[in-house]
Amino acid sequence: MKAFVGIDLGSTTTKAVFLDESGQVLGRGITNSRSSYDLAAKIARDEARVSARFALLERSLKADEGLAAEAERLRSELIAHFHRHQQLVQLGRLREIAFVEAHAPRVAAIAEPLRERLAVILDAMEAEEKRPRLGILAKQTSEFFRDRAASAFSRLAEERADSTVKFGDLMGIFDKAILQVENTSFELKFDDSLREAAAELVPAMGAEQGQRLIRVVETSLDIDLDEVRTIGTGYGRQRLPFAKEDIRSEILCHGLGAHAQFPGTRTVLDIGGQDTKAIQVDENGIVTSFQMNDRCAAGCGRYLGYIADEMSLGVHELGPIAQQSTRHVHIASTCTVFAGAELRDRLTAGQRREDILAGLHRAVILRAVALLARSGGVEEQFTFTGGVANNPAAVDALQELVHENYGARTLNISPGSIYTGALGAALFALRAGEERWEAA
Amino acid sequence: MSLQTLVERAEALYHDIDLRFVAQWKQEHDGKAVGHLPIYVPRELIDAAGMLPVALHGAGDQVEIIRGDAYFQSYICQIPRSVIELALSGRLAALDGFLFPSTCDVIRNLSGMWKVLFPDRYVRYLDVPQNFSVEVGGKFWTEELREIAADLERLGGRKITDSALAESIAKFNDNRRALGELFELRRGEPWRAPAREAYLIIRAGDVMPVEEHTAFVRAYVQAAREADRVKRDHTRVAVTGAFCEQPPLELIETLERAGCYVVWDDFTLGARFIEGDIEVQGDPLDAIARAFLSRSAPNACVFQPQGPRGGWLVETVRRTAAEGVVFAAPSFCDPALLEQPMLEAALDKEGVPHTAFKYAENLGQFQVIREQAGTFSDSLRLWSEA
Amino acid sequence: MSGKAVKEQSMVKQKELIQDHYHELSRAPETGRKVIYTFVPGNLTELFRAFDLLPVYPEINALQSAMRQKSTLFINEAERAGHAEDVCTYVKTDIGMLRRGNVGPSGEKLPPPDLLVLSYTGCFTFMKWFELLRQEYDCPVVMLHTPYQGDGKITPSMVRYMVEQMRTEVIPALEKVSGIKYDEDRLKEAMALSESAETDLVAVLESAKHRPSPIDGYFGGVYYIGPIFNAFRGTPEAAEYYRMLRGEVEERMAQGLGPVTPDGLLANEKFRLVVEGPPNWTSFREFWKMFHEEGAVVVASTYTKVGGLYDTGFRHDKEHPLESLAHYCMGCYTNNNLPQRIDLLERYARDYSADGLLVNSVKSCNSFSAGQLLMLREFEKRTGLPGGFIETDLVDARYFSAANVKNRIESYLQMITQKRAPSARAEA
Repeated sequence: MKAFVGIDLGSTTTKAVFLDESGQVLGRGITNSRSSYDLAAKIARDEARVSARFALLERSLKADEGLAAEAERLRSELIAHFHRHQQLVQLGRLREIAFVEAHAPRVAAIAEPLRERLAVILDAMEAEEKRPRLGILAKQTSEFFRDRAASAFSRLAEERADSTVKFGDLMGIFDKAILQVENTSFELKFDDSLREAAAELVPAMGAEQGQRLIRVVETSLDIDLDEVRTIGTGYGRQRLPFAKEDIRSEILCHGLGAHAQFPGTRTVLDIGGQDTKAIQVDENGIVTSFQMNDRCAAGCGRYLGYIADEMSLGVHELGPIAQQSTRHVHIASTCTVFAGAELRDRLTAGQRREDILAGLHRAVILRAVALLARSGGVEEQFTFTGGVANNPAAVDALQELVHENYGARTLNISPGSIYTGALGAALFALRAGEERWEAA
Repeated sequence: MSLQTLVERAEALYHDIDLRFVAQWKQEHDGKAVGHLPIYVPRELIDAAGMLPVALHGAGDQVEIIRGDAYFQSYICQIPRSVIELALSGRLAALDGFLFPSTCDVIRNLSGMWKVLFPDRYVRYLDVPQNFSVEVGGKFWTEELREIAADLERLGGRKITDSALAESIAKFNDNRRALGELFELRRGEPWRAPAREAYLIIRAGDVMPVEEHTAFVRAYVQAAREADRVKRDHTRVAVTGAFCEQPPLELIETLERAGCYVVWDDFTLGARFIEGDIEVQGDPLDAIARAFLSRSAPNACVFQPQGPRGGWLVETVRRTAAEGVVFAAPSFCDPALLEQPMLEAALDKEGVPHTAFKYAENLGQFQVIREQAGTFSDSLRLWSEA
Repeated sequence: MSGKAVKEQSMVKQKELIQDHYHELSRAPETGRKVIYTFVPGNLTELFRAFDLLPVYPEINALQSAMRQKSTLFINEAERAGHAEDVCTYVKTDIGMLRRGNVGPSGEKLPPPDLLVLSYTGCFTFMKWFELLRQEYDCPVVMLHTPYQGDGKITPSMVRYMVEQMRTEVIPALEKVSGIKYDEDRLKEAMALSESAETDLVAVLESAKHRPSPIDGYFGGVYYIGPIFNAFRGTPEAAEYYRMLRGEVEERMAQGLGPVTPDGLLANEKFRLVVEGPPNWTSFREFWKMFHEEGAVVVASTYTKVGGLYDTGFRHDKEHPLESLAHYCMGCYTNNNLPQRIDLLERYARDYSADGLLVNSVKSCNSFSAGQLLMLREFEKRTGLPGGFIETDLVDARYFSAANVKNRIESYLQMITQKRAPSARAEA
């Protein structure tokens, strides 16, 4: 089967999308961007490939008359088992590295108790990972191993830390180990992991159904996934690990991706970590004009990052807190240089945190709306993409400001909005691939 | 009127960014209004044509800027953004014409933007002369003024007679004197007229008809003289650089709260750009032109044929008995920021202490400035004790 | 390649001209020749020649410093001395250069000015710049105030004002510093030579109407305007240079050759652009490469009109020398109002069959930059052609983000390609 791949190397995350010949999304993958763009692209691509594989599996399940009714449930469970398997592989690697680190001269004085506690913590993590879980299946795929492992490890480390082995000692080992885990690409051994996952499901299924499942899994594994063409895009376009003819501007990719998600789209706003883009597209998703923010970080995700740091909060916590605001605080200037001072100033003056945050969200979105105005305004329909589109307070502010300035507009936000650029790139891959065949 | 009533009135006008006052004046007088940007525009001409001159000083922190930002890069100052925002949101609808003086390239180009954005309004750029000979720059400026006067006659539907113009000149002379009285009060007894109040009272002249404003200023000066106010142990500073885009009200207040009496400033300099009276005898247009040549306020936007610059600032410091100078310039303000090193050099030569910061009209936090002004005030005190 | 061989001849000539000039400048303390500093827009070169004065253009020194990667050092020097980060980096580069020994582009020391001729044309900063230099050098300044075309026209009163300034201020100041009496015949002679050079320059710039364009009218254009914007307008050497250059360009055109770039011949013209705004000088070659490696040729630019807008018909006129100088000053590009500038861009797009307009907005120059976003939108509205927008600075390397600029240029060019394609299915 032919697949067309789009990869979007962003400043914080790298995304990959696989399309089939008809332009349907087969699979998506996401990972933290890291200093090695090659590695980030490879990991995202691997993940997307796995997810494409599962899509193919689901198609096979649906095609099987005995399993069709249960296809979705089976797919979800297979994914869950598969991922647990993968997580365990990574956890195993984490353990190996952690013990190597625990032998470092730096921690020689506490080597023995340190190793003891590490073993307890990692055993507990493994046990947790192995425990059957339900209801978190879909979420799991978009969660990074780093985040899951960090939260489990730090929770357990807090329990185990004492005056001999301090919390900081344990986390120090973790930080070193996780970095190395992240910077290695695993041979994912998809086939084996999937077979194992299927084998775990069979006992609960009854003999005939179990046989069917094994057969369908094998059929889907027989399908050859041929990556015909890959197009790359992203913030780091200067150093993308692709040939020049395989690179498309992120502006064009975002425009086309948003058009594919919502064909009525005429205006696209993308707020990412490092930059903000305001894009106008025509009825075919072709970009007609665009504007990007300049050096000034005031209108992009990074600004919210500063604010989160200043308040010792996670970026994802800002929006929900701001939504609790009941009183409007007007913040006119969003100069990042003053962000910290302004926050402290206002908190000292007795303003409430949620009100200040709501004001800051509005101020950030104000800059984005100005960029939209610069690019030609907000037309019907309007699609919002990028990491900040997941921030509910930002979405509220945007909706408000667009309404105040342009009247009623349909605001589209795709649940897969973070993949918009990669989707556009994949569509370019599809077009480029087709042209090559036509020429041939 | 009580002090409080006067200040409240001025405050209300300051916050009247929709120009309701102007609209009402137009209705009552069946007249027109002409807006202008900082710094210097001969408002006498507008008045003599029976129209209301309206000084536009931006919107401070009172509007959210969207359409304004759409037209300006981040390295351009704030005032053109807020003026565009005001105009595009319909808040300047009461103005029938616009004059853009030759303050800097940004205000100059704004005149062209206006022509494109508002083709049905009267728009004119005012190129004041940078040659100060009566025969050369004077002739040119008189000629320019004559053209502007003709435009204003057409716009206002009324001939600007010599006697009407002479009368307007007299009214503005009186206004300049009244402003002088207010400055005199602040120079002598700054605690009686706090900087914030004085500023608001002067800003009321942005929209008030000139004779009304003159009376308003005098009423304030009298009420302030009589008010029972505490003299504090503050230092005395002159503030310069804020002649076009205006500092937020809270910034002006912050300076005084931090221990600095502002005994001289160049806020809203356009209202008192001509120092002293303009002659009322002879050809009034000539008189306006000559006054600019020989008695315009020393300022970054006017060429000074002989160097070095900054003597006037030293002289101002001496005259107002200021102990130090605060350079407060809007970010990205070419005139103020290019001028500043020359002024600093002049002050250094005379041993006058100074400090500097930048602001934007919509600045939201003042802690840094409060600390800086407080430290400056403390150091001035130590300086004078030493 | 014959085109290249011929090309070199004019380049050699230009190099010689400039080197001789700097050499003469460095020898001025010995030869006793008097030196004036002045600005490119609204310069009175023919008049200076009539007094045997040697002109120095601080703007050109600043941009040359940037091309030699010296401007960062100079800017830092000026900022340490109290100049704000916010203001024009030409000024700061100049002041930094002066404070570090005033060594010019040729490596030879520049003589201090005997007089600063403040041709105050289209740029507010000029006024402050020479007031600052006056304090640095402790020398006199003479102001020539060029009234702005606020209403898009030049009135008799504006011309009179300028001519009177020349008669009563500028000429007496030049007489005083040079010790030479004003001789209008000498001025007329120079102006006739200017006219010839100007006509040839226009032919060179307009060769870009041809497909493929034999020149790049922006990156290449800045070299072509060098002599006429610099110290040589009105000299026989400049007239000769332009005659030579025109011949070469016409030859290239006849052969169907594209422009010559620092990386060789641009053989495959894919995009024809109009560019508004000055270039970035700190990364000039890298910047140019971002265009030529994509096959983008700039067919017309406004920056090449800052020292004189000749392609709309103006020529120096020896019959009315001072009046003509006045018209010249007032006609310079940045002395035109925004509606005029938009008209010009629209005209360029049409006359040069351009694919679109790219604006390079420089942080330093508000004269250019303030209003460019409106110009862009108006241009798009009137022509239906796509506009692009990039932000850099003249000589401050801190404001040139190569990744960002390249990203925008490529996105812009890909957008043009996509729009050109007959259907949405087309390859970008």
